[in-house]
Amino acid sequence: MWCFSQVKGAVDDDVAEADIISTVEFNHSGELLATGDKGGRVVIFQQEQENKIQSHSRGEYNVYSTFQSHEPEFDYLKSLEIEEKINKIRWLPQKNAAQFLLSTNDKTIKLWKISERDKRPEGYNLKEEDGRYRDPTTVTTLRVPVFRPMDLMVEASPRRIFANAHTYHINSISINSDYETYLSADDLRINLWHLEITDRSFNIVDIKPANMEELTEVITAAEFHPNSCNTFVYSSSKGTIRLCDMRASALCDRHSKLFEEPEDPSNRSFFSEIISSISDVKFSHSGRYMMTRDYLSVKIWDLNMENRPVETYQVHEYLRSKLCSLYENDCIFDKFECCWNGSDSVVMTGSYNNFFRMFDRNTKRDITLEASRENNKPRTVLKPRKVCASGKRKKDEISVDSLDFNKKILHTAWHPKENIIAVATTNNLYIFQDKVN
Amino acid sequence: MSQKQDEENPAEETGEEKQDTQEKEGILPERAEEAKLKAKYPSLGQKPGGSDFLMKRLQKGQKYFDSGDYNMAKAKMKNKQLPSTGPDKNLVTGDHIPTPQDLPQRKSSLVTSKLAGGQVE
Repeated sequence: MWCFSQVKGAVDDDVAEADIISTVEFNHSGELLATGDKGGRVVIFQQEQENKIQSHSRGEYNVYSTFQSHEPEFDYLKSLEIEEKINKIRWLPQKNAAQFLLSTNDKTIKLWKISERDKRPEGYNLKEEDGRYRDPTTVTTLRVPVFRPMDLMVEASPRRIFANAHTYHINSISINSDYETYLSADDLRINLWHLEITDRSFNIVDIKPANMEELTEVITAAEFHPNSCNTFVYSSSKGTIRLCDMRASALCDRHSKLFEEPEDPSNRSFFSEIISSISDVKFSHSGRYMMTRDYLSVKIWDLNMENRPVETYQVHEYLRSKLCSLYENDCIFDKFECCWNGSDSVVMTGSYNNFFRMFDRNTKRDITLEASRENNKPRTVLKPRKVCASGKRKKDEISVDSLDFNKKILHTAWHPKENIIAVATTNNLYIFQDKVN
Repeated sequence: MSQKQDEENPAEETGEEKQDTQEKEGILPERAEEAKLKAKYPSLGQKPGGSDFLMKRLQKGQKYFDSGDYNMAKAKMKNKQLPSTGPDKNLVTGDHIPTPQDLPQRKSSLVTSKLAGGQVE
């Protein structure tokens, strides 16, 4: 039973481009929640310590830090504008007091350090408290500076900048389970980096054809296996997923496994390839399964079985009879993401009209919920929504033609340990919690 | 359908008819949509979802032209007065050679994100 918890962002309908949320990601403990937007900014929320008195709800998320991660750039050589939009954020596991995350736009990946400062040195001999230098001749006694507590300050600083390694637009970054390396993928190539080294990157996948006229597919997403540091997968615009083993060769152009569901050729239409394009691929926490999202469905694949997915869930099948208009308004190219819950028992993805869907893999039940300010009293239980595909519309159902295709939920995230989810509408971030009682 | 059936079960018959068309579309709703699209845009590419989309995707963000266009435009420009850049600087203008002053100034977002409680304008 999902309840409204919080909503962040402006209420007004007039959305500035910069405020469009482009990525949402919990860190490994779930204590921090990061968002990136089209304006190149990152906002990090921190979960409050649980209030022992109000034990029926888990801590709220409040702003912890915000910074400008990327700026707009212009590549004069290629006459290309480089958007500052943050495509992905990935957290590093915490090793010390500071937090680290990778954020990327189309061309450049940056490693950010977020650290807390809660004390400062006071009592310098040669400096006043406001920083002005004292005239040394006025110093008559010496004192030892000491650390005094101060109001908490959270600082974000860029520690590494990984640039100039991608000709095409970066769509994914993924940190290896060795916590030393990570991959970045663009439309045609995947590169391997070491977190400490910014001036060198290894190309591990290159699908660029010698003759660009022969281009038939592009890389749409890539991810490292959660446990095997030598294994990664990448998905394509043709609906295939390739699993590669870095031990096999330096350049993993030849896959170790190819996951593809056979298509009935008689069902093929102009739209087939477009709607089969995979917009997101995510390994389960266990590493045994992976999930892919294409335009109309979510598929779960067993890594041991390449010829078809083990589970398929229809997200919004009713859109199949609207493909013509969805092609005309470009919605058919929308890239929806998907995510697993902490125990890999439920998967979630977004849809239109600010609806999002959850599929329980065990009970086979699914639910459609809406991210809307209408239900924004804390602990209000969300009412399940239903779309009526055709025929008589029942009360409380919404017909396909009334769906607002401008209200799309592309980015969702699930707390790694608890039933707390973050759902991004165009410019607002909703946080929902499962009723604890 | 016999006349008698029509009279007795008009609802059923319309139901069946509906089911027929629905079945046709149910089996291949995509094909019906495809037909709609082809009717609107008869010249739509032979290659379904082929390289046209991919090329467009790879070139996302390219707003200005290449040196070939540049030289052609330069030749034309000799006889034409330089048009002033209008309010919409994002138009790809084949005849107008942009100068650094003409390029839209990309200002970084100096305003704090509204998610962090930044100013609501």
